[in-house]
Amino acid sequence: MLKTANIIFILWVTVLITTPLYAENYIVRAAIMVAMFSSLALSWNIIGGYAGYPSLATAAFVGLGSYVGAVSQVNGVTMLFSWVLATISVGVVSSLLGVLLLRLRGHYFAIGSIVLVELFRLIASSWSSVTGGGNGLNIPILRWDPSTVASFFLSVMILLMILTYMMNIFVSNNRLGFGLKCIKQNEDAANMVGINTTLYKVIAFMLSATLCGTVGAVYASWSGYIDPTESFQIVLTLKVAVMAMLGGAGTILGPVIGASTFVVLEEIVWVNFLDWNRAILGILIVMIIFFLPNGIIKLGILRIFKEKLNQKFKDNIK
Amino acid sequence: MTSTVLELHSLARSFGGIKAVQDVSFTLRKGEIVGLIGPNGSGKTTLVNCITGVHKPTAGKVVFYGEDVTKQKPHQAAQRGLCRTFQIVQPFPEMTVRENVAAGALFAQKINSLSKALDKADEYVNFVGIHEMADIPAASLTLANRKKLELAKSLAMDPKVLMLDEVNAGLNSGEIIGALNLIKKISQKGISIIIIEHLMKVIMTLSERIIVLHNGELIAEGLPTEIINNPQVIKAYLGEKFAKRLMEEKND
Repeated sequence: MLKTANIIFILWVTVLITTPLYAENYIVRAAIMVAMFSSLALSWNIIGGYAGYPSLATAAFVGLGSYVGAVSQVNGVTMLFSWVLATISVGVVSSLLGVLLLRLRGHYFAIGSIVLVELFRLIASSWSSVTGGGNGLNIPILRWDPSTVASFFLSVMILLMILTYMMNIFVSNNRLGFGLKCIKQNEDAANMVGINTTLYKVIAFMLSATLCGTVGAVYASWSGYIDPTESFQIVLTLKVAVMAMLGGAGTILGPVIGASTFVVLEEIVWVNFLDWNRAILGILIVMIIFFLPNGIIKLGILRIFKEKLNQKFKDNIK
Repeated sequence: MTSTVLELHSLARSFGGIKAVQDVSFTLRKGEIVGLIGPNGSGKTTLVNCITGVHKPTAGKVVFYGEDVTKQKPHQAAQRGLCRTFQIVQPFPEMTVRENVAAGALFAQKINSLSKALDKADEYVNFVGIHEMADIPAASLTLANRKKLELAKSLAMDPKVLMLDEVNAGLNSGEIIGALNLIKKISQKGISIIIIEHLMKVIMTLSERIIVLHNGELIAEGLPTEIINNPQVIKAYLGEKFAKRLMEEKND
């Protein structure tokens, strides 16, 4: 099962990373979005999928990452180092906030975490001396030719996607992942068998936030301009959670499938129904979740794929 | 004289104005089975919660192997070997029986690898006799087997003291006999057991000593025969008729 998931993942990464060779810029851009949202959904999976705490703080950490990256770049830090700074600061901030937030459970936690997005947005728009307030910040852009820039950011986003995927594999094969699964199913009992539930939840929260910060900083460098409303979007927060659940929360490949399906659907609907695209996309997602409550992954994609592989293998032997 | 495992020094816990447990002191020795009885709401479960760190005692001390553990958290209690089962069973419903038990071994015993914990789990699953159900989700077990699972999970935690909160409630008489033998087998491993129970038959068969709580206070402590003749206990909990019947059964 795990091996099949890895094969699918590697194939998908290969498809994404080779888009600049054969496809137009529009497709490359879509590939960057797929890689970016896959990283975010895979990050969300640690706290939302394994631990069962539906965090809606993703946009807060993406936004924080993009602001830390942008502000440090504006003040003369090199691009790569600004990404590192963003990652570290989001890691620290999220673990501190995690200690406070994870006292809440279930819906209360979801509400508490979504408040972070709004809180961070207000801070970003009020603290004009540093963040530029509502005017936003212009970030020095890369002076390469456009297609090189696109390939560069595509590779970076794919690298992040691979990192978050490996983080998922590591967590799920580790006692951390086992502990988180116990917490998801029965937190009191988990505590009673000797799991330090607070510590485990804070680690999970931090892991699921940190690389969102990196994604934010990279995104800021790519787009060249950030402002509070763009950076801290409630819609982004919801999208990421929906993507992970769409594909299959708590599985390793699910978030990738969910994010890819979502981005592709979004593009198709956008192109074909300019007026009603949000409504149609909404209906599609509701339908998918209604008929496949445990995610697309439960459709047996892996099994079908495995059988195909075996078939090929047999044919080759003949 | 065997060694002292657990001591309570005038332990108290109140919730607002209600004193759920007050001034309870007792000593538990290694390998001993102590029965804890009392009417509903007399503070039995609260006492267990104080020992396992779920509630912080408002006064008094919990001493475990000479160490003051009054302020411990539940997970620390579990890692020390102060384990308990719940009156209402608390499995991880979607995990298999084996995984449930492995969780105990993995986190309380600090075994590092999951595969080792799973091997360890098999041992305890066999011990309580639910090996045939090792690979099915805990949610699909019958009540009797869930109680056994709860025992296996606690055993996998390598307990020094095991607190059994009504493990026999809701079982039929055949199942109770099975559970009794199991508890005896556990005690033979040298684990001290505190057993909370309303079924006097169970308490009388197993306990070497009985303590009685009433309105949060310890009203009696002694051998089973002393307890069923204690007028205070008869008044507060057993009732005249029932105490007489117990005596007759004991004499038979």
